[in-house]
Amino acid sequence: MSLLHVTIDGIPVDVEKGTTILQAAEKVGIQIPTLCYLKGLMPDGSCRICTVEIQSRGRSKMDTACSAHCSDGDVIFTESESVVKARRGILDMLLSNHPTNCFTCPSNGECKLQDLCYQYGVEKTSCPGEMTNLPVDDSNPFFTYDPKLCILCHRCVNTCHKIVGCGAIDTMERGFESVISPAFGMPWRESNCESCGNCTAVCPTGALTSKRKKTFRPWQIQKKVRTTCPHCAVGCQYDLLVKDNKVVAVEAADGPSNRNTLCVKGRYGSFDFVHSDRRLTDPLIKDRSTGEFRKASWDEALDLVATKFKAIKQEHGNGALAGFACSRSTNEDIYMLQKMVRTCFGNHNTDNCARV
Amino acid sequence: MIKICDNAALDLRRADARKALESYECRILVCAGTGCIASGSQVIADTMRELCKELPNVTVECSGHVPHIGVAQTGCQGLCELGPLVRIEPWHYQYVKVKPEDCAEIVEQSVLQGKPVERLFYRDQKDQLCPKPEDIPFLAKQTRIVLEHCGNIDAVSLDEYIAVGGYEALSKALFQMDPDQVVDEIDRSGLRGRGGGGFKAGTKWKQVAAHKDADVKYVVCNGDEGDPGAFMDGSVMEGDPYKLIEGMTLAGYAVGATEGYIYVRAEYPNSVARLHYAIAQAEEAGLLGDDILGSGVSFHLHVNRGAGAFVCGEGSALTASIEGNRGMPRTKPPRTVDQGLWERPTVLNNVETYANVPDIVLKGSDWFHTIGTENSPGTKTFSVTGSIANTGLIEVPMGTTLREIVYDIGGGIKGGGNFKAVQIGGPSGGCLTKEHLDVGLDFDSVKKYDAIVGSGGLVVMDEHTCMVEVARFFMSFTQRESCGKCSPCRIGTKRMLEILERIVAGKGTMEDLDKLEEIAKFVQKNSLCGLGKSAPLPVISTLKRFREEYKEHITIKKCAAHVCEALKLYKIDQEKCIGCTKCARNCPVDAITGSVKKPHAILVNKCIKCGTCLSGCPVGAVHIE
Repeated sequence: MSLLHVTIDGIPVDVEKGTTILQAAEKVGIQIPTLCYLKGLMPDGSCRICTVEIQSRGRSKMDTACSAHCSDGDVIFTESESVVKARRGILDMLLSNHPTNCFTCPSNGECKLQDLCYQYGVEKTSCPGEMTNLPVDDSNPFFTYDPKLCILCHRCVNTCHKIVGCGAIDTMERGFESVISPAFGMPWRESNCESCGNCTAVCPTGALTSKRKKTFRPWQIQKKVRTTCPHCAVGCQYDLLVKDNKVVAVEAADGPSNRNTLCVKGRYGSFDFVHSDRRLTDPLIKDRSTGEFRKASWDEALDLVATKFKAIKQEHGNGALAGFACSRSTNEDIYMLQKMVRTCFGNHNTDNCARV
Repeated sequence: MIKICDNAALDLRRADARKALESYECRILVCAGTGCIASGSQVIADTMRELCKELPNVTVECSGHVPHIGVAQTGCQGLCELGPLVRIEPWHYQYVKVKPEDCAEIVEQSVLQGKPVERLFYRDQKDQLCPKPEDIPFLAKQTRIVLEHCGNIDAVSLDEYIAVGGYEALSKALFQMDPDQVVDEIDRSGLRGRGGGGFKAGTKWKQVAAHKDADVKYVVCNGDEGDPGAFMDGSVMEGDPYKLIEGMTLAGYAVGATEGYIYVRAEYPNSVARLHYAIAQAEEAGLLGDDILGSGVSFHLHVNRGAGAFVCGEGSALTASIEGNRGMPRTKPPRTVDQGLWERPTVLNNVETYANVPDIVLKGSDWFHTIGTENSPGTKTFSVTGSIANTGLIEVPMGTTLREIVYDIGGGIKGGGNFKAVQIGGPSGGCLTKEHLDVGLDFDSVKKYDAIVGSGGLVVMDEHTCMVEVARFFMSFTQRESCGKCSPCRIGTKRMLEILERIVAGKGTMEDLDKLEEIAKFVQKNSLCGLGKSAPLPVISTLKRFREEYKEHITIKKCAAHVCEALKLYKIDQEKCIGCTKCARNCPVDAITGSVKKPHAILVNKCIKCGTCLSGCPVGAVHIE
C-alpha cells in the first residue's frame, strides 16, 4: 500500500491510510494532549482538547487529532495560535463547571485537567455560571463518584462498556444536566456494577476516586513494585504503591493477561494481608496436650505432614487421599500439587476451587 | 389481499384500481393530517361515513338511484390553518373549517345534488369566494411532487396509490434498469438531501453501491423531524406512506441493500401507525419483502420509533439509537456510507429525499432538472408557521423567493402587520430579514446569509417578535436537546443561554454581548456534531441583523416588541386616570402612589410587572411603554 506523506509541526512523516493524526504524531514523538482518548478504542471525540490545525489543499481547518485521518499532503500544526486558542476555550468551558478547590481533591497532583490548565495558562473561567450541584454517590464500598468534578469525558463509560464489558454506567439526562450514572439513576452499589474500579483508574479528574486514595497523596508514593496478583490463576500484573514502606494501593500494569485492567479482588482485596498482624509467618504445629499452636521449622512441619500422609495411605489405601488447591495459588503451585497427588498419593483426586 | 406476482399482474391491478376509483360517483376526501385531526377531522369523517351509510334509503326515496360514494381519509391537504378540510369530488369543492353539524348539509347539497355549500368555501384576502382548491392562492402557487398525492388519495389504500401511478417506478427499475443505472439516474438528477445538509444523494448511493463485498447493507430513512414548527416529513409519512416505501425500495435495489429502517419520532403516532399498516399491505401484495414482483429482489422494511431526543436526527446518533444504544453522535470517519448501521454500509436520507426518488426514476433526471435551480434541482417542502395568515404545508420549486412564500402563498402577515424576519431551518438555522425577501431559497443561497434551508421549517415573525427572545428560545431548546457528549456544546450552549437570559431580564452588560459572540463562534467551530456546530446560528444571525435590539435591551432596558416581561415599563396615563385608587389597592407590592380623584403613578423601582393594574383599570389608563 502506498504511504501518505504528512508534515506535523514541520516534521515529515509517512503513514499508512487510516492512520489518525494522533497516531502519526506519536510516531515522531510529538505529544498532543488528550482527555477522553483511550488507546485501542474507537475515538470518543467528546473533550475536543486534541484539536489541531490542518492545512490541506489550500484550506485550513480544525479537527480532533484522535479521530481525523491523515490525508496525503496534510500540513498539521499541533500548537499553532488557533490551536492554543481553541484549547484554552475548551479548558475555559470545562473550568466553568468544575470547582477549583483542588487542595481537598484526592486527585490533586495527578489531575489531567489541572495539568492542562496549568500548561495553557487558564487560571480561572471567563464565563462563570451555574455549576453542576448533584450529590456525591458514596454507595460503592470501594470508590465514590462526585458529579461536580466530572468533565464527562466518558473514559469511564467507554472502559466499562468496551474494555470491561460490564456496561454498568452510561450518560444519563441531556444537555447541561448530563451525568454519568448506573441505569435509572440508581445508587452505584445497587446497580450491576462489579466494582472492578477500572473506571476510577481512567478518570482524568477526581470525579471517580478510589476510597483508598484518601490515605495518600500521589507524590508520597516512594516506589512502585511490579508483581503478579496473588488472587487467582489469571496472573494479572500490577504495581504495588508503597508509602512509608507500606503497600497503600495497587495500579494495574500492562500485563499480557490483564492489559491495564484489574478485577475488584485484585484492585481492592489482594494485598491488605501483607501488613496484617494476624498473618502467618512461620509453620505452626498444634500441641496435642495443650491444644495450642506452637512455632515449628519448615522441616519439622513438612516431615510431620509427610508422615501422616504415608500412614493414611498405608492404612486406608491410595483412594483415601485427595489434594485440593486454593484458587489464590499460582498456576505453578497448583501444577506441583496435582503432580504430588498423582505421583505420591497415587490417585487422581485433585481439583482447584478456581471457579470465579 | 391477492399477491402481485409479476409486472403484468401489477398492470392488471392498476387497471382494476383505476376502475374502482372511477366507479365512485362521489368521493368525500376528509383531510387526516395531524393538524386537521387535531381540529376534529376524525369526527367529520365518522359523521360522513354514518350519513352515507344511511344514504340508500334517502336516495331511493328521492331519485331511485343509489350513488356509489367513497369517504377517504387523506394525507395533509396543506392549509392547516383552515382545518378540518373536506373536498368533494368530482365537483372539486374545497370546504374549509368544517364542523360536524355541517356534514348533513354537505351530503344533502353536494354529495346528492352536486351543489356547493358556499358558506364553507374559503374567502381570499379580497373576500372572493374560492370554491376549488386551485382558486385558493395558497394552493394554486405550489408545485407538488413530493406532496402530489397528499390530500388526493386515501392515505393508507395501496390500491389508490397504485391507481394514481404508484409502483410504476419500481417496476420500471426492476425490469428495465440494472441497479447501477438507478444510481446513475439519481446521481444525474442532482437530488440533494432534504434533511438539512443538502449533500448529494447520488454520491452517497454510489459509495454504498461500491461496497460490493459487504454481507449486508442498509437503507435508513430519517423521519426524526424534531425542529420546532416543522411537519413536512410527518405529513409525507402519514399522507403518502407508500411513496416513501417505494422510494426506499428503489434505494435498496439500487445500492444492493436488503434491509431498511424508518426511524420515526415517537411524537408522530399517526405516521407510525400508517407506516406499519402500509408496510404490511405492501408485503402482502408482494411489493415489499422477498422476491418483489417476482424479480428475485428482496427488501425488508422495519419501523423504529424514536424516544424524543432531537439529536437523533443526526445520522450517527440515529443509527446508534436504532442499534439500541443511547442516541449520541460519534466522530467521523468512519462515515455512514462505509460503516453506518451495525457498522455496515448504509444509505441514510430523510423522508422527503426518498419521496422524490420514484418520480425521478420514472420521469428521468432531465425532467427533475427542469424544476428548481441549477445546483438545487427539484422542489422543497416548507412548513410555514408563526405570524402568517395561512399556516400550513407547502411545496415550491427551489429558488422560490421568500416574498412569494410569505406574501403570495402565505397570504402575508397575520392581522396585516409588518414582516420582520423568518427563522429558517429551525433551531439550527438562522433568520432572514426584509432585505432577503427577494432571495431565491435554495441550499447554497441561504448559506450565504448565516442560515440553512434545513429540513424546511419557516417561522414567520412580525414586529411583535423580540429577536433576543427568539435567540433565547432556540438556545434553550438546543441546550436542553444537546446530547451532553462534547464539552463545547454541552457547556457552551448553557453559558450562551445564561447570557441571553440575563439580557432578556434586563441584567445584561455590553461585555456579555462580546462574550456571547465569542462563545457562539467557539461552539460553532469546536463542537463534535451538526447540532453543536449549528446551535449558535440563531444567536450569530440575530446578532448580525438585530444587534441594535440587543443593545436596547442592555443599555436602555427596552424591548421594542414588548415581549420581554422584565423590560416592560408600566405607566399610567395622567390624562386618562380618574384617581379611583383601584390599581393602588390591588398592587401586590404597593408600587402605585396617588391620592383619591387625582392621577396615580407607578414607582418603577418597586414595580414587579405583574400586570394587575393593567387588567384592572376601569378606564384603560394603564399602558406598557
